[in-house]
Amino acid sequence: MTLTGARGNLMLALGALAVASMPLWATPYHMQLASTALIAAMFALSLQVLVGGVGLVSLAHAGFYGLGAYSVYLLGLPKLGLSVAVTLPAAILLSGGAALAIGALALRTKGFFFLMATLAFGQMLFFLFHDTPLGGGADGVFIQRPPIGITLSRGNRPTVLLLVNLGTLTAMYAALWWLMRTLFGRALLGIKANEHRMAAMGHDVQGLKLAAFTVAGALAGVAGHMAALTDAFVSPELLGWHRSAEALLMVLLGGIGALHGPILGAFALTLVQEAGQMLTERQRLVEGGVILAAVLLLRHGLAGGRGR
Amino acid sequence: MTALAGLLAQILNGIQYGLLLFLISSGLTLIFGVMGVINLAHGSLFMIGAYLAYVIASVTGSLWLALPAAILGGVLFGALLERGLFRRFRAREHLDQVLLTFALILLFEEARAALLDNQFHSVPVPAILDFSVPVIGGFAYSAYRLAVLVICLGVAGLMVLFVERTKIGSAIRAAAEKPEMVDLLGIDAGRIHTLVFAAGTALAMLAGALAAPLQSVYPGMGDGFLILSFIVVVIGGLGSIAGAFWSALLIGLIDTLGKAYVPQAAGIAVCALMAVVLLWRPTGLFSRA
Repeated sequence: MTLTGARGNLMLALGALAVASMPLWATPYHMQLASTALIAAMFALSLQVLVGGVGLVSLAHAGFYGLGAYSVYLLGLPKLGLSVAVTLPAAILLSGGAALAIGALALRTKGFFFLMATLAFGQMLFFLFHDTPLGGGADGVFIQRPPIGITLSRGNRPTVLLLVNLGTLTAMYAALWWLMRTLFGRALLGIKANEHRMAAMGHDVQGLKLAAFTVAGALAGVAGHMAALTDAFVSPELLGWHRSAEALLMVLLGGIGALHGPILGAFALTLVQEAGQMLTERQRLVEGGVILAAVLLLRHGLAGGRGR
Repeated sequence: MTALAGLLAQILNGIQYGLLLFLISSGLTLIFGVMGVINLAHGSLFMIGAYLAYVIASVTGSLWLALPAAILGGVLFGALLERGLFRRFRAREHLDQVLLTFALILLFEEARAALLDNQFHSVPVPAILDFSVPVIGGFAYSAYRLAVLVICLGVAGLMVLFVERTKIGSAIRAAAEKPEMVDLLGIDAGRIHTLVFAAGTALAMLAGALAAPLQSVYPGMGDGFLILSFIVVVIGGLGSIAGAFWSALLIGLIDTLGKAYVPQAAGIAVCALMAVVLLWRPTGLFSRA
């Protein structure tokens, strides 16, 4: 994975400006759609720490995303009524903590076994919310949004949520851009390139992988938290492995070769899904076709870069 | 006494469920062991087998035709999938394999929705087996479930004989343990791959056809089986038929008894068992490594 250069960052900044200007020209519906894409981008970007960063493919990632979403339900208005100042750090701690615990176990395995272990642990989190009354049941629950400092009304809601999501994604991207430049980030890229060499050079490969898994999980929790805040709805579906696969798709679609790839992938997939919904009833046909095309034809993703 | 009879019934159900899981996961473990391909769409093949049984049973009125049809159809379909698609993905990264097979799940589900519908269907138990067998002290057990048990055991036995005793079987074992060996021995690896994939598909579809009268036939019915059979493969050790057999029975029993007595913890219990095994033996209980 290469870090996005000055030109790439300028393009991203222009894109962010375009999204930020949406309240001036777009309908509330399209602003909600943009919020969906921004949240998908956060989720995919958090996964990029693993896929593009260390070269790990995890199917547990949606579990951490869902934990972040459910922390809004568990601490927010119907239950405890805490504000975002509490629910967001709580989401980070909960998802990061779960990622630390699951990663410590799953990283004992490699390759196929790692994939299967993450699949099973992710489903375990899914069952926790699907089969027990902890999360309000198998069908999901509507929640009231926790106070975010601005009083939301029907009129200003799409605008405020859009800007909050844009700000969160920007902060997350900047943090990761910085993180991947530190010694820690470089070491992760080194593991992806040649794990044995990094170990031979005295790096604690297992510890670094676990740290990356935890950071990725915590950031997925942020994405899930923002999803719950935006949609005011949580369901066990958020934790299911299909959603992990979808995040992997966004990463692959955007390109695992560049840090900003998943952002492009998330916007592209959201647009394709929206177009698919308008054109046909057959959502899965559209998504399956996109995946096949991405896997068979688009080997380097939208962002390019020789990441493979 | 009723509690004991209930427990006995659940244990038999667990064994029968475990044997169905074995049919699915033995294909999965061999496909990965021999070809190095992760097939997340394996659960969809189970779903296709069940729907095939539903269609054949409602057209002909008999389930018996569905069993050979599932096997034959599975062999053909599997060979086609391997030759057309999976062959190209053997050397690709896990990410590509995961996404390709995820796409297949979506496409299979959509094809099912387009060809049939999104409803739940029940498939009647064949008339000859529509009775209960008295076991002990007034406790009776469904004859069809016993038949499934016997058929699965028969298939498992045949498979072990084939893999352990025949020449092709030993080539498959060689391929599962050391893929480069097969080339050295002058065996056509491509044909072994097609054979293994076709057999795995047929087993999954047969399991689906057998399971159709036991549970409703419904969209996404393969998903639960997919997760459980992957857990079976992880616990049993990759490429190990014996490992798949014993861990399938174990998982079948835990899941069935768990669902019967502590429904809220069944899903978690199975995953927790896997976590323990991974901690203790990261390559599975039956792997030689």
